Parts: sequence; C-alpha cells; structure tokens
Amino acid sequence: MLLLASGLTKTYRTGDELVRVLDGVDLTLKAGESLALTGESGSGKSTLLHLVAGLDSPDAGRLVVAGTDMVQATDVQRAALRRDAVGLVFQQFNLIPSLDIAANMAFQARLAGRLDLGWLEELVQALGLQGLIHRYPEQLSGGQQQRVAIGRALAGRPRLVLADEPTGNLDEATGDAVMALLLQLVAQAGAGLLMVTHSPRLAARLDRRVHLAAGRLHTVEPLA
Amino acid sequence: MRVKGWLAILATVLVCAGQEAPAQGFAGMGEAVKGFANPDPSHRFAFPADHGAHPDFRIEWWYLTATLTGPDGTDYGAQWTLFRTALRPGEGTGFASPQLWMGHAALTSAERHLFAEKLGRGGVGQAGVKVSPFAAWIDDWQMISRASPGADALSALDLNASGAGFAYRLALEAKGPIVAQGDQGYSVKSAAGQASHYYSQPFYTVTGTITLEGKDIAVTGQAWLDREWSSQPLAPDQTGWDWFSLKFDDGARLMGFRLRDGGAGYLSATWIDADGTPTPMPPGALRLTPLEETRVAGRDIPVCWRVELPQKAVDVTAAALNPQSFMDTTVPYWEGPIVFSGSHTGRGYLEMTGYE
Amino acid sequence: MRPAVGLLALLSHWRRHPFQLAMLLVGLSLATALWSGVQAINAEARASYDRAANVLGLDGLPRLTMVDGSAVPLARYGDLRRAGWPVSPVIEGPLPGSDLRLIGIDLLTLPTEARLMDPAALDLQGFVAVGGEVLVPAGAAARLRLPDQPRLRETADLPPGIALADIAQAERILAAPGLSYLLLSRDAALPADLPADLVLARPAAGEDIARLTDSFHLNLTAFGLLSFAVGLFIVYSTIGLAFEQRRGVFRTLRALGLSAAALTGLLLAELLLLSPAAGVIGVGLGYLVAAVLLPDVAATLRGLYGAEVPGTLGFRPAWWLGGLAISVAGTLMAAAQSLWRLWHLPLLATAQPRAWAHQAASGVRWQAGVGAGLLALACGLGLWGVGLWAGFGLLAALLLGAALILPLILHALTFCAGRLARGVLAQWFWADTRQQLPGLSLALMALMLALSANVGVGTMVGSFRLTFTGWLDQRLASELYVTARSAEEAAELTAWLAPRTTVILPIWSAETMIEGQPAEVYGMTDHATYRDNWPILLGAAEMWDRLAAGQAVLLNEQLYRRGGLALGDLVDLPGGALPVAGVYSDYGNPRPQVIVATDLLVARFPDIPRLRFALRVDPAQSAALAQEMRAVFDLPEAAVLDNTRVKAMSLQVFERTFAVTGALNVLTLSVAGVAIFASLMTLSGMRVVQLAPVWALGLTKGRLAALDFARTLVLAVLTLVIALPLGLVLAWALLAVVNVAAFGWRLPMAVFPADWLALAGFTLLAASLAALGPWRRLARMAPANLLRVFSHAR
Repeated sequence: MLLLASGLTKTYRTGDELVRVLDGVDLTLKAGESLALTGESGSGKSTLLHLVAGLDSPDAGRLVVAGTDMVQATDVQRAALRRDAVGLVFQQFNLIPSLDIAANMAFQARLAGRLDLGWLEELVQALGLQGLIHRYPEQLSGGQQQRVAIGRALAGRPRLVLADEPTGNLDEATGDAVMALLLQLVAQAGAGLLMVTHSPRLAARLDRRVHLAAGRLHTVEPLA
Repeated sequence: MRVKGWLAILATVLVCAGQEAPAQGFAGMGEAVKGFANPDPSHRFAFPADHGAHPDFRIEWWYLTATLTGPDGTDYGAQWTLFRTALRPGEGTGFASPQLWMGHAALTSAERHLFAEKLGRGGVGQAGVKVSPFAAWIDDWQMISRASPGADALSALDLNASGAGFAYRLALEAKGPIVAQGDQGYSVKSAAGQASHYYSQPFYTVTGTITLEGKDIAVTGQAWLDREWSSQPLAPDQTGWDWFSLKFDDGARLMGFRLRDGGAGYLSATWIDADGTPTPMPPGALRLTPLEETRVAGRDIPVCWRVELPQKAVDVTAAALNPQSFMDTTVPYWEGPIVFSGSHTGRGYLEMTGYE
Repeated sequence: MRPAVGLLALLSHWRRHPFQLAMLLVGLSLATALWSGVQAINAEARASYDRAANVLGLDGLPRLTMVDGSAVPLARYGDLRRAGWPVSPVIEGPLPGSDLRLIGIDLLTLPTEARLMDPAALDLQGFVAVGGEVLVPAGAAARLRLPDQPRLRETADLPPGIALADIAQAERILAAPGLSYLLLSRDAALPADLPADLVLARPAAGEDIARLTDSFHLNLTAFGLLSFAVGLFIVYSTIGLAFEQRRGVFRTLRALGLSAAALTGLLLAELLLLSPAAGVIGVGLGYLVAAVLLPDVAATLRGLYGAEVPGTLGFRPAWWLGGLAISVAGTLMAAAQSLWRLWHLPLLATAQPRAWAHQAASGVRWQAGVGAGLLALACGLGLWGVGLWAGFGLLAALLLGAALILPLILHALTFCAGRLARGVLAQWFWADTRQQLPGLSLALMALMLALSANVGVGTMVGSFRLTFTGWLDQRLASELYVTARSAEEAAELTAWLAPRTTVILPIWSAETMIEGQPAEVYGMTDHATYRDNWPILLGAAEMWDRLAAGQAVLLNEQLYRRGGLALGDLVDLPGGALPVAGVYSDYGNPRPQVIVATDLLVARFPDIPRLRFALRVDPAQSAALAQEMRAVFDLPEAAVLDNTRVKAMSLQVFERTFAVTGALNVLTLSVAGVAIFASLMTLSGMRVVQLAPVWALGLTKGRLAALDFARTLVLAVLTLVIALPLGLVLAWALLAVVNVAAFGWRLPMAVFPADWLALAGFTLLAASLAALGPWRRLARMAPANLLRVFSHAR
C-alpha cells in the first residue's frame, strides 16, 4: 500500500479558537492509482495533502506513506520522504526563483541523487519546455510555470505525486492541457497520484474520488 | 566686542588699581586709596617742578582743549590729553614702574568728531612727562616746550597727535599768566572736603594745521590747558561732573563745574579777569541748567546749557558745536567745543562724565 | 475617506510590529547619535580654540627681532614707540624650576588680534604689575617649585607648557637682559623703513596651527559622515520593510478611494512624526558619545598640536536643532525610493520581488560605472594630487568608489562560485546568495566602509606607533637629561657630573626665523651617541664630520619637505648660510628645526641660555645618579629625566592621541552590524517565498536556516576580503599623502596581519549576531507559514 491513513486528526489554532480540521480520516492509495480529493474551501483537503507530503505532522491517528510512519517521523525523516518518495505540485510558487528552469527541473532529482538525464529530456519534450530551460521562473507564464512544476515533481521518479489545485491559477484551456500532461506522465512514471481539487470535472478524470466534509472523508461513486 | 571688554577692564585697572572693592563713582574715582599722597591746602605751586608728574598721587592729567577757526571761518575743536594713573605710589625703573599712561586726542567739527586713544606704561620711555626741557608724550603724540630760556616752560608749546582720519600739529603761545584754581590751587570737590591740586593756562593763542580726512587746513584760535592731580577727587556718592571752560570775547575767562550727586550737586567756579587775576566764586554763585538733551552713544546727554553767574552779570546759553562729541574710549565721556551767547558771547569747551 | 482614518490605519501597523518600530528608531537614533556626537566634539573643540589658541595666537603675528638674535634693548622699545611703531614687547623664556615656558606680555600695547584669553578669566588688577600673578595651566601649580614663589593661578584657558605673566613680572622672574621680540598687529602700517639692525618676520600661512587642528576635525567630520551614512542604511532597510509589509494595506486604502498623492502624503506625515522622535533620542545619545569621547579628543589635540581643549562638554542648542534636522533629512533621503515606488504602485499589483531584483540589477551596473569613475579619480589624485585637500579627496573617492563597485564584485564572485560549485545544494546556495545581494548590498557597503576604515586607520596608527617607538629609542639615546635653573647652577652641575658620567652633552637651542617661519636651532656636540643613534633619513658623505666642523647643518623632515630643500642647498641662518648635510625624522613637532654644531650655535647666538644637558652613564647607575643629583642640588623632579620615563610618557601621549579613532572605529563597525541585521529582517519577509519551495522539495527548516546563517557569514567574509586591500590603500593614502600634507612627515608603512585576524573575528561576530535573529526565526517557523506561500496570493 503506497498510502495508508486511519483515524487521522489535525487541529489548528485560529486566534483563540481551536479548529479540528481533520477528525478521523481514513484513506488508502495503491501504487499506480490516482485519487481526487474534493471538498469545500477550508474543508481541510490541503491540510490532508500536507500531512501526506510530510510538510506537516498529524496530531493523532495512523499515517504511513511509502513505508514511512509519518506520525513517528522526525523532521529529518519527513524531509527525506519529501525528497525521495514524493513529487509535489502546488497551485503556485512551486519554483525556486533564484534557479533557472533547467536547474529547477533537476533540483529534486539531484537532491535525491536520482538524476536521469534521459528521462529529464523526455519530460522537457513532453511538457513542451524546449527553449525555455535557461529562463528564470518569473520570465514564464503561469501555465509554463506549472508545467515546469510537474516536470520537476516527476523528474526523480517519485512513487507518489501530490498535487494541490495544480491548475487552480490557470484558465480552463491551459488547465486542461496541464492536467492531461500530468495524468499522462504520472501514468507513464507508474506513480500514485493524490490530487486536491474543487472541480468535479477534473476529479472525474481520476480513478477514484473522495470528498472531505466536516473533517471526515466520504467516498463518491463515479458517475456512470 | 572682546576688544571692548578688554579695554573696559583695563579702564578699571587704570583708575582703581590695587583694590578689591567694585568701582564706585565715575570710573572708580570715588574711592579712598591708601599709601598715596593727599592734596595739601598749604601747598604752593613751584614751577617748573609742578609741570611734571607727581608719582605719589594716584591720578594726574595734562589736559589741553583748543577752539579753532579755519580760513573759511569754519569752527573746529581739538583735544589733547595725557592721563597718568599709578598702581602704587612712587616710581620704578623699566617695566617695574607702577605708572600707567593713557592719551586721548580728538578733532571736532560741526559734522565730525574723530578721536583716538593710546595706552602705555611708564619706566620704558613709551610715555611720560619730563620737566626740563618740558615734554609730555605717549608714543608719537607729544606736547613739548619751545619756551625761551627763563620763561615758563608752558608759555610756548608744540603739540601734535593723530588717529584714524585725523591729525593736528599746533603751536601754542601763552598771552597771560598761569592761573591757580580754587584756593590758591587747592580745588575742593565736595562738601566733605575732597580736593585736588589744580592750575590752568587759559590764555593760549594757537596757530597750526589740522588734517581732517586727508585734507590739511590752516587754523588759528585759542587754547586752555588744565593741570590737575590728586589721589581721590570725588566723594563716594558723586557720579560724575559737568565742567565748563568759557573764553569770553572780551578776554575774561570762566571755569566752572558741577559734581553730580544724589541732590543739588557741588558747584564751583573761578572767574578769571582778562589780566589773569582769578576770583574764586562763593558756593552757590554759579548756576548750571541743562536745557536740552541729545541721544549720544546710547545715553541722554545735555548738550545745551544755561550758565549763570549773577555776580559777574553772566547769563549765557552754551550749545555744543557738535552734539555727538563723545569720546568712546576706555573711559567714555563727552568732550567738545561749545559756542555761547546771551549776556556775553564767546567759545569754550564742555566736559561731561558719568552719564550712563 | 478622511486622511486621519488612513493615517490611523497606517500607524496600526507599528502597533502590531513593535520590533520594526524599534528598529527604525534605533537605526535613525544611532545615525543621528554618531553624527551629532562627532559634531558636538567638533563644536566644543572649536569653541575652545577661541580661548585656547590665544597664546599660540602670538605665533600668528608678525614680530621684530634683532638681526643678531640678541635681546631687544628696553630703550629701543621706547624709541620705536615714540617713532610711531605700534610694537608690543614680549619677554619669553623657560620658567625656572618647571617645564613651562613663561611668556611675559604687556596688556596695554598688545595687538587686539593677540587676545590672550577670556578677559573674564583674567584678574587684571592682580596681573599687571611686578609681583603680579603668574597664570599656569590647570594642574601645573602643584608640580612647580619656583625659586621665590610668585603668586600662581591655574587656568584652564592656557595651553599646556605655557605660563603667562605681565611683562614686568616675567622680566623679573627670567632676569631678562631685554625683550625677546616685539609683536606687531597683523596689518599694522609701519611708519618708516625697518631699521637695519631689526628683522621683521611674518608668519608663514602654512604654519597656522588652525590648519593642523582643522585636519583633525576634518577627520572627525569624515568619521561622523561615515557613521551617519552607515546609520542611514538601517533606516533605509527598515522603511523598506515597513512599506513592503503594508502593501496589502496600501492596496486596500487605495481601493477605498485614497488617491496615490494622499497616501504618499500620509506616509510622509508618518515619517515626519517618527523622525523627530528618533532625532531627539539620537542627539541625546550623541551627547553621551561626545561626553565619553571628549576627554580623549582633548588628549589627542593636546598630543598632536599642543592645543588645549577642556575635557568637559558644554551644552549647545545648535546641536539639538542640527541633530533633529539631520535626522528628518536622513529619514526623507532613506525613504525617497520607497515613497517613489508607492506613488507609482499599480492599484492591483501583485508582489514580484524577483522582478524588483532584476530592476535593481541594471542599477548595479550603472552604480558600478560611477564607482569605477571614482576609483580612477582616486588614482589620479594619488599620482598627481598635491596638498591636504587632494589627500582627503583621494580618500573620499577611494571609499565611495569602492563602495559603489562592491555589489558588482560580490555579484561576480557569487556567480563564479556558483559555476564552480558541483553539488545541487551548493549551486542553489550561491544562486540564492546572488539573489539576496540587491537587498543586502547597502548593508554590505556600510560594512565594507567600516571595515576598510578600520584596516586603514589601524594600519596607519600601527605604522606610526612602530616608527615612533623606534624613533624614540634613537632620539633618547642618552640615559639622563638634566635642566639647570641658572647658569651658575649649570656650571656647578657640570663640574659635579664630570667625574660621574661618561660624557656630558649640551642641549642648547635658539629661536630664529628660517625660510620665513619661526624655527628652532639646536646645537649638537660631536659624539658617538648621535653618530650611532640619531634618526637620519638622508645623509650626505661625511655628514657628521662636516656638522662637527661647523660647515653644514641637519634639518628635520618637516623643514626639508615644506622648504622643498635638497642636500647641499644653503639654509639661511643668522651669521651666514650653511649647506644641508642631512635630514632626520622629528615626529610630533610641527615646527621647523635645524641642528648645527654646539660651538657654532654658541658663536651665532651668544645669549642663549645654557641650561640643558644629556648625560651618558652606565644604565644601571642612572636611577641612583638622578636621585643623588636631585638631592645634592635640590632639583625639582622634572629637572632630571631618565630616558625610559620620557619614552613611557611619550608613548602614553601617543596612545591617548589615537584612542578616539579606535573608539569611533568600533562604533562604526557596530552600526554596520546593526545595518546588516536590519537588512536581513527586511529580507526575511521575502525569503519565505524563496525558501518554501526548497523546503517542500526535501530540506529541513534547520538546514535551510543554517545555510541562511552561513550565507550572511560568507557575505561578511567576502566583504572583509575586499575591504582589506582597500584598507591598505587607505592607509597608504593616509601615511604618504595626508600625513605629509598635514604634518610634514612621511611614515614607512607596516602591515599587521594579526590585527586582520582580530578584525575578521570581530566581523564574523558582528555578522553572526546580526544573522542570529533571522536564523532562529526561520528555524522555528511554523510549517503553516511556509505552506501559505503555495495557496494564497500575497
């Protein structure tokens, strides 16, 4: 099992108030499987994604990602998981502003010590980034930046790709193109995909779909 | 400004050296000083010795004023004064001399009043008075005798002085005798008996040249020399004086002064006939009434007076030739030529001190 | 919308960020403090010159002396006065039984420009007369043992080494045979041609002590400006941060209908509210700085120029106003860029820090161009410049040029380092460092100025000290120095000493005019003591033999340089000119000096006092002999000196002389540290955007924070490495250009690598302290703060 979560809880303090964002979440994801995570704004779907990515730690429950127990994990272990097993695509500001596109794409793979130049070249081609690799992030459009982010997430051949509203900042046509690329390349890499989105239309393109409401997950049957 | 400060302090030294008490009266002259000789009513003048300095007395002066007329009839006045003050009685050699000297010179016309001052110390030749042959000097200003042998040393004098914008060189010839003021030269200055030794030579005729702003002018006129020495001429409550020398067109002379105090003041006068016979006037004989004040150097000073001496039927109005005849020197005072008219006409000099 | 409401909205930012407010006030206060502190010191010192330079002012007046150097007879004075010469007599000589020089003056004829001291400080009635008071410098009365004690009065208005009395009193005390010289007013009209037996000496313009003290004040002012500039960097950073953080508020206010002009006006109002407050604090602090440093400044002026400044501070309203004005002006200067950007802020602009950085990059190139121009100017001034102002111009151009070019150099260095780096993290480290440069360059420029000033001044002072110590050893080769109180005593002393010493060397001197300046002529007796030790800089063949034979003279370096003389040139001396055979160093003495054979001195100046002697004895016996001599002749302590004590005293004067420079160095460096801190705090807001992706890709916060910390240290070290050669050039300029112009001597330059290590340590410490706060903040930052970057528009 690539991802196994059960009874996961997370509480945030907002001002003087404690808000229980996740309240006993159970979730599984197998290798090669894609899962859409939907929910209202503030329902905690990003929080769940961050817990899975090892960007934040759960309060209670059980969470194992690619064989790492995320509840017990230290800062260093969580960083290692992010580096070695996970590819991340956020809504925006995915890229390191001081590095050019080539360096950004290769960054995580090199960090993990798994740089495969052939695969990287393949990704550049597939993402249509030829001719842009010596530019800097702020010289690229939003769609181009998200394509770079996808390339970087996949360059190290991670076992799990996590995407948080990857097309949320893009117009519909660009978003669809980026989404198609993402799904195609994830499949090509054989990675599992967990994607946060509020769009049922995008969610429908994934294998499975779960809905987060009131801190709990509900399975949504695919529409026929 | 600092220079002024210096000189103001120096003035105090000049007039009240060796004392701790703050200055009283005009320029500190109202203070008693120990060790100095006091004027003696029985003293009779002996010349030429008394023309010279009296180092045992604290202060002394050779004071000459001249009323002059230019070729075009323009009136001028000239002043030449050498003051002596002693830090201690007696004389010493070199810089050890306790005698300090101060020279004042002025040239006055109706429009201009130019003056200069010199300071120096005794014992080193810079300033002093020599009896024989008579010479009084400070730096290059001098009053020297050119009297023929046997004649009084002061009967003929050469006089010169210069300052910024002016110079004069005058030859003086006495046409009458030396006159003892007060009681045979003992001049009382207050009811308490303060006094000085005082004589005058009021009968000089003058010829010479004055230089006013680069222009030489030949002048003629009359001059009056006062010689006075004492150790304490003012009573402590006296703040200053108004002193007149009047030269009547008929040849008579009048010397009169008022020492101001809190009350009516102390007045004294000597009438001098044209032949030089002096008549001391009784107290109360002279009446001096200021008629008009002018703002001079930041003070209100009377520059027009009524002078009355009923015994001699004198009732004149005397006005300054130049109301701004102020001597803004270390010890500041008003000194300038006057013109008078009324019962008599003539010219003279007026000195006013202690106006603040 | 009412402006007042807008202002409240803006000000509420400070309530939520009290630390930033504190930083702004600290930066502004520190800048103002250093500036006004230095100004206070300058103002106080200058004010006291009016009082203190007065006796020295006598040196600034023309004077008449006898052609043969003898005393002016008293009668001559009277004759000159009667001839209309406006001269004033002076009797001058060493005050017996003391180390003071007694000047006797005649207040009645003294030229008004020679005002001696504040009249209020002088009790004239007690002064003018035989037996009048002798005024001595504060603290001097206790150590005087005068033959028949005149009335002494201490006054702070006199320079050290000078006693003042009425000429009558001086004549008696010195038993003077006549007058030393006659003073004239500066522009006195002379009534006639000068009599043949008199010489008129007009002071050379370059000899004016004011010029020397001016250069010291110029130094201080330059330091003040430097400190102020460094402080302004802090202000600039803080204002930048406050503006950056309030972009949201600005946008909201604009959206609510506040015009750009009104918003800019509000922010201007806010700054005008804050800056006077900081100004008041700053001036108060400056007063403290000045109060602490002033005693050292007083010591410096005393040591360098013999000018006396009371070690206490008065209170001058002008500082307060000046301090406030400079604080407000500085704030507006530092805020100008931020205000301009605000004025042009598009209503709905999103934050684009990287774009801003790119904009800054073109500025860097332009700036570097100006910097290169200034460096070229500095080169030109160094090669062809003449005089003190060229020297200071060189320093200014050098420092400013180097500061402007620094960002480009750092840019290039980090670029190369990134190219050479192999690891992905190392490459990112350098790339990211380069990205921080625009934001940090001002602070780094400040640091570099502080560091190079430190190296430069340190090298100069160190070189000076080394040379000075060596020179003292050479100059003070004899074991004992004794001064007799009278000629009779001198005769008895030498007779008594003859069997007890190896040799007795007279140290006699005369005053005369050389090259139109008052100068000293010293006699030297031919002896191995001098042949082996005297600090000769240049010497002709058979120099010592020709000197001993009375056929040549030696010059001090000051006279040699200022007179533009060469070996073999003739120097005019009373009684005939002699060729120059050698040049020796003579540090600490602003006056020209000539050495001739003792026999020649006595022949040319027969009336000089013959009271001082150097004694060669077995060093082990010198202390005992000194004590015995004092006891037998009842000599005062100061009349017998041993060379170790003189050296110790001289070094002590020297150390205090440069104490102020040291203190200002440390202060400036500290302010540079604060500037770095403020810049880092400003940047830390933008840093989150730059660091969050790296963190998300698999680095711990601890690692990132450590890298950030290291980055600051690396930049500080790079800056130090660049500042080092700059500092050495600075030192060279100070030693070879400014010193020669200001003092007339050139010093060999020495380098002190141990000092650099200490400086490196201090720099790392300052940078570490500055980076510590941002490091802790990043290491402890909640993940939520980092994650927010990915989901919210800023």
